[in-house]
Amino acid sequence: MTRKDLGFRIATGIFGAVLVLIVASIGYELVRQSMLSIQKFGLSFWRTEIWDPVAGEFGALPFIWGTLYSSIVALLIATPIALGIAVFISELCPGWLRQPLVFLTELLAAIPSIVYGLWGIFVLVPAIRALEVSMPAVLRRLPIFSGPPLGVGMLSAAVILAVMVIPFTSSVSREVLKSVPPAQREAAYALGATRFEAIRAALFYARTGIVGAIMLGFGRALGETMAVTMVIGNNPRVSLSLFAPQYTMAAVIANEFTEAADDLYLAALVEIGLVLFIITLTVNSLSRLLIWSMTRSATAVAASEPTPEPAAEPA
Amino acid sequence: MTAAEDTRVGGVSVMWRKALSSAFVAFCAVSVLIALVPLFFVAFFVVTQGLNSLNAAFFTQMPKPVGEIGGGMANAIVGTLIVSGLAALMAVPIGIVSGVYMSEYSGTRFASLVRFAADTLNGVPSIVVGVFAYGVAVLPFKQFSAFAGGFALGVMMIPIIARTTEELLLLVPGSMREGALALGATRARAVFSVVVPAALPGIVTGVVLALARIAGETAPLLFTSFNNRFFNTDLRQPIATLTVQVFTYAISPYDDWHRQAWAGALVLVTIVLICSLLARVATRRLERMHARG
Repeated sequence: MTRKDLGFRIATGIFGAVLVLIVASIGYELVRQSMLSIQKFGLSFWRTEIWDPVAGEFGALPFIWGTLYSSIVALLIATPIALGIAVFISELCPGWLRQPLVFLTELLAAIPSIVYGLWGIFVLVPAIRALEVSMPAVLRRLPIFSGPPLGVGMLSAAVILAVMVIPFTSSVSREVLKSVPPAQREAAYALGATRFEAIRAALFYARTGIVGAIMLGFGRALGETMAVTMVIGNNPRVSLSLFAPQYTMAAVIANEFTEAADDLYLAALVEIGLVLFIITLTVNSLSRLLIWSMTRSATAVAASEPTPEPAAEPA
Repeated sequence: MTAAEDTRVGGVSVMWRKALSSAFVAFCAVSVLIALVPLFFVAFFVVTQGLNSLNAAFFTQMPKPVGEIGGGMANAIVGTLIVSGLAALMAVPIGIVSGVYMSEYSGTRFASLVRFAADTLNGVPSIVVGVFAYGVAVLPFKQFSAFAGGFALGVMMIPIIARTTEELLLLVPGSMREGALALGATRARAVFSVVVPAALPGIVTGVVLALARIAGETAPLLFTSFNNRFFNTDLRQPIATLTVQVFTYAISPYDDWHRQAWAGALVLVTIVLICSLLARVATRRLERMHARG
């Protein structure tokens, strides 16, 4: 390597280092700004249910609950649909339909969060309210459907999150399915498998990557802010009810950050941001690891020899 | 072997297996429809409600005080352009050059670290980026500003551009780089005169898509560029943006403001749609170029 080339390597490397520096300083800055709250409350911050800034009481349990609950319900709705889309586009649909469908699902991801939120307030929430009102009284006695039918609340948030997560999960699942060697399906068909059984074998082969795709969607749902803020009702309360207005970590930061009058209030909000950062970082890293190990092993198999591993399961 | 045994595999009849298979295919097709329903409804309401409220005043006038009907979002439109422009100024050079680094030295440890940082940054919730930008670009100056908003959006834009650039550069045939090097070019020369120009249409597409994405961001701007009821081009002052304005109007109790929020949403969605279509056309052409070799 000549001196000039070394210079080039260092010069471009410095720009790369900026990215590393940004990530590190996000972590540093969040810790620094939330020090006050971390020192004052310690771990009890995450066990306390009361959020009363006026009285100086800060407990973040309702937010972490709301974030996890809304994301998990969203995932329950989104995952089967997203996988269905991925299978349809990559395995079932006629060639001419593939590109338009990919484009449309990607468009779903391109719509800004704020537009989903606006639509959520004026279209989805009234629709959900109508659904809640029309629910039979027998079901309404269940704890997950208790409370007045307001429309705004956990169910609206979960539905809107599901819509926003579907394109991510389905596009990664599609990539993962693409990396399944065709021999897997062909072998299944040769054994007399039906279409479903052959695709099931492919899905089973791709399971690691698909779990990764689902987790990627989870990471997106956890951090989603505007649309959720606008429909979840913003009520710091731990409730199992899908009808109850609740709150999420991202939403409380979005709503209260500019109103936080004293330092402790601000530090408490930043600490919520810090934990959100750590959770999404973990979920995303894990999901990337799974997807990467899947696609890498698949390319390795395809490159090394034509014979694939033994069929994942008898069809 | 009797005929009855013949049609059963593991105790399950062929008919049942076929029915299950058809049900599965139907389920997959229905999922696509289910996903298209919200897309259709969002588009339908944004277009109908937005078109109803979109007029010349929306683009040329300032917001009216509470209670007065009319007015527009002229200041917010200019604000979105300014803040996105600032973000691009910051993110395009950093993103492209770090993308070059990742692709040129892709096997090295530091490149993997940079890639990890880019992916991590890509997954950081936008609201957290806002908190970070508040600490770095607002607190020290004790002032919400267009700069801080641009910084926040720039942070979100860098990893998108870096990863796109890297992927596109890796698609450029190695023989082109080797040819340049064989003619005695330095690495820098080979990269910037041969490899990057070959991938340039794709990189520009990536930048356009990244711009479309950050122009639709709201959360990172809430406490960086904040909002401003007046026309402002001073980068040290708070500035209005379309997204924050739509948010403010959407959660307000006034019908006329709701009307304007829909108009703002229509403008946002139009921007996104145009950028996606442009990008799609550009990628198509790129693919055809590659196919021709």
